Amino acid sequence: MTEKQKKSEKAFAPEVDERELHKLERTWEEPRGIMGFLMTTNHKTIAKRYIVTAFIFFLLGGMEAALMRLQLSRPGNNLLNPDLYNEIFSTHGTTMMFLFAVPIMEGIGLYFVPLMVGTRNVAFPRMNAFGYFIYLIGGLFLYTGFFLNVGPDAGWFAYVPLSGPEYSPGKRVDIWGQMITFTEIAALVGAVEIITTVFKQRVPGMSLNRIPLFVWTQVVTSFMIIFAMPAVMLASQMLPADRLISTHFFNPAEGGDALLWQHLFWFFGHPEVYIIFIPALGFISSIIATFTRRAVFGYTAMVLSLIATGFIGFGLWVHHMFATPLPQLGQSFFTGASMMISIPSGVQVFCWIATLWSGKIHMKTPLIFVLGFFAIFTIGGLSGVMLASVPLDLQVHDTYFVVAHFHYVLIGGAVFPLFGAIYYWFPKWTGKMLGERAGRWHFWLFFIGFNLTFFPMHWLGLKGMPRRVYTYLPEMGWSYGNLAASIGAGVMALAVLVFLVNVLKSLRVGEVAGDNPWGAETLEWSVSSPPPVYNFFYLPTVNGRNPLWSQMEETPVVVGLSTECREVLVTNILDAEPEHRYELPGPSIWPFLLALAVGETFTVGIFTPWGFPVGAALSTLALFGWFWSKPKSEGVRALEKPKTRSLDEARLSEEGA
Amino acid sequence: MRMMKGKLLTQRGALALAAAWGLMLSGCGGVNSSLNSVGPQAARIEKLWWLMFYVCSAVFVLVMIALFVSVIRARQDTATRVEIPATDEPELKPEPERERRMTRVVVGATAVTVLIIFVFLVASFFTGRAISSPLYAPQNVLTIEVTGHQWWWEVRYDDATPSRMFTTANEIHVPVGQPVLLQMTSRDVIHSFWAPNIHGKKDLIPGKSSTLYIEVDHPGMYRGQCAEFCGHQHANMGFYIIAESPEDFNRWRDSQAQPAVSPVTDSQKRGQQVFLTSTCVMCHTIRGTLAAATEAPDLTHFASRQTFAAGTLPNTRGHLAGWVVDSQSIKPGNHMPPNSLESDDLMALLDYLENLK
Repeated sequence: MTEKQKKSEKAFAPEVDERELHKLERTWEEPRGIMGFLMTTNHKTIAKRYIVTAFIFFLLGGMEAALMRLQLSRPGNNLLNPDLYNEIFSTHGTTMMFLFAVPIMEGIGLYFVPLMVGTRNVAFPRMNAFGYFIYLIGGLFLYTGFFLNVGPDAGWFAYVPLSGPEYSPGKRVDIWGQMITFTEIAALVGAVEIITTVFKQRVPGMSLNRIPLFVWTQVVTSFMIIFAMPAVMLASQMLPADRLISTHFFNPAEGGDALLWQHLFWFFGHPEVYIIFIPALGFISSIIATFTRRAVFGYTAMVLSLIATGFIGFGLWVHHMFATPLPQLGQSFFTGASMMISIPSGVQVFCWIATLWSGKIHMKTPLIFVLGFFAIFTIGGLSGVMLASVPLDLQVHDTYFVVAHFHYVLIGGAVFPLFGAIYYWFPKWTGKMLGERAGRWHFWLFFIGFNLTFFPMHWLGLKGMPRRVYTYLPEMGWSYGNLAASIGAGVMALAVLVFLVNVLKSLRVGEVAGDNPWGAETLEWSVSSPPPVYNFFYLPTVNGRNPLWSQMEETPVVVGLSTECREVLVTNILDAEPEHRYELPGPSIWPFLLALAVGETFTVGIFTPWGFPVGAALSTLALFGWFWSKPKSEGVRALEKPKTRSLDEARLSEEGA
Repeated sequence: MRMMKGKLLTQRGALALAAAWGLMLSGCGGVNSSLNSVGPQAARIEKLWWLMFYVCSAVFVLVMIALFVSVIRARQDTATRVEIPATDEPELKPEPERERRMTRVVVGATAVTVLIIFVFLVASFFTGRAISSPLYAPQNVLTIEVTGHQWWWEVRYDDATPSRMFTTANEIHVPVGQPVLLQMTSRDVIHSFWAPNIHGKKDLIPGKSSTLYIEVDHPGMYRGQCAEFCGHQHANMGFYIIAESPEDFNRWRDSQAQPAVSPVTDSQKRGQQVFLTSTCVMCHTIRGTLAAATEAPDLTHFASRQTFAAGTLPNTRGHLAGWVVDSQSIKPGNHMPPNSLESDDLMALLDYLENLK
């Protein structure tokens, strides 16, 4: 251990008063027992729930994928009948998009954003708890339906009129629609949490141009959620309205429009891809910086690329509709926009390669997953450029070429970095390291299995195999490609098994991790592993983009936050100058009860209209309860003069830096 | 050792990908392949595909080489490698000269990206314009109406003379070398018409009309399939485009315009009675008889088709018998009810249907 490191360990933990520490611990303590489980508002606990729940859905979605691959492993297979196959592929897509990818990315964000910006909890802790319960209810609702044979069967995109009242009678699509609403509420809640936390709760010194790239990705994602989700929520209300109360939004016979659904859905659906993918870029930046021992090259270019991606991501949705009879000139604009989005992605890839080029590479499992990301995502990105072209898209749209493309983008672009991130942050979550050897097995099996599964699909698509088919004729010539894909799926399943064993084993007998086992730069590594319930005893201040690397012994800390109540420091948006202290609400049962009331509204509502008035009454009651319980002291306080190391000093030294 | 593994990672990956890419290259040919074009539209798209394929492959290889080299370089940099990076001092102040060089490279790479995208955009635009209109003889266009149903294709040939208009299903005959305008819509849910050898796909949307210009230059039988998920039997909603010489096409067209041939043998006559007195007439049409429903394929010249059940089964007596009795076991969820016929009646019905040339 170097001299510098010893210093850095001290820097953020100056003289700690034991009595104050106990007080702080008691103040932030999570309530125990079942009630405590339902009441907690700690962002780390809730984020862990998001991550674990989403991972369970990932396993379920993966099992559905395995069943599909079994069915398609040979032509004319009879393992699944078309009805069950349709249910399984719809549930697979829905699960992976709504119940796995978005929540797990937000979950990791909700865990680390407060730690990285140096605060004690997210901005609206109770709403955060509410968001998780809503998400959980939505997921349980979908899977209850699935196991009762009323799972969705009109695809994760549920195109009308197929999903309309005439062609999808029964409750299947209603359950799908309401599940969408649940998960979108949860996503919106998470987005609001992250934006507010980042903009108002950063530690002094962390001006906007010093925010870690990880946090930037979360901010951009959250803004995209806020603009994209309302479109699909509108759609997911109009569809059940068509189905349940005979409106005709999408019924051409009554003046509705089937294409309206596609516009609404893809206006959300395309940004959704970036909502999943952009957080992964944050994982990659964190991992690359740590394992190359240098800051990511081109911070400004990276941030601008992220923001550009966020904007352009909203101008692409029509490329999902090139085969519809829309005017050709209009479609060409979307070709331009769709190709344009490869520019910011390209800039980021180039910057990362430059970082690797000039760094000192430590080939640990997280970085290996990131290198795997480069190989796979580049292919996915390039096939995406092809799909942006209207004429070429007319050939490969809705074929296995597209299936290959988006798995390359989403598994390559999001799941590989996600696994890297889990290896990277597992020590912070649990205090234990994940096994490196098993990590390599996991990587290689996953990498080989992935390419074996999805690469042949490019070829299948060009050879004319459409998506969403439950079977195919032997004379089509698709048998070998499909068999290869099915074998690859088995290898991927094995890889995930290796990962699960690795996690369980490491939890029990894993090597104990220190506070900062990788020598990383961001603030979450300055606290113990796992972090204390209050995150920071003294909020740190930062004087650069790589706080832990550049901090000195004399780097000041923030003092003067109460240990008696759940206080956080509120700072201004641009420069993170301290504004005031704010008391966050503590544990409460009301978010859970409100989630139940909202859950009642949407689940019972598809069986009887009474669900709505009853749900409205229950929600009102729950909201009364929620707002009745007041914090121990006043919400907003004037900033007292700090006692030992002053905030003013902190600012001064920052200006000096 | 660790480093070696890292290097192998990218090497092995690249080898596997190269092998797979090779597989893709060899994957041309076939009657349902977009890389085996038989008409000007598909040919233009195929050209665009190869342009993009080669450029993108080159980009991929370059990116992977850059990644390789950076990983190899880093190995040289860290001769004193350690297990945990934490003990490796981070570089806080990157060397400015090197950073400037890298900035230039990144800007250059971005500029090349922009350039490539611009070329793609222009190529794509002109290809798109070329394939959306009849290429060579716009005045001599044959118009065919295609209507999608769950899960079959209704095909209607228009003519100025009403008696020469007729409807058939799932097999679209076109003359070689003549542009054809497909006017398409759907009766129920969204379908998508796609014959990869001939053109890209076009969605059939209820309440809207879509058009597609196609032209086939080589005689043959090409397969197409519905490409938009449309319910239970989306997988088995195929069709054939049969391109033949103009003389053959005209002969076929003349014969299709005729009403159905009358039954000759006793068995065929009995078969017609079976057809007209059972549920068949609720959905099917046989021109020249009282059967005139339009829910299901027109059977007037059923025996002249080479396949049935939307390109799923060859048109043989055995398959037909199985289909008539229990189509649900062949295409579960399709809209044809099972028929419990006496075996004599079934044989007579088959005789009758097989005679509908």
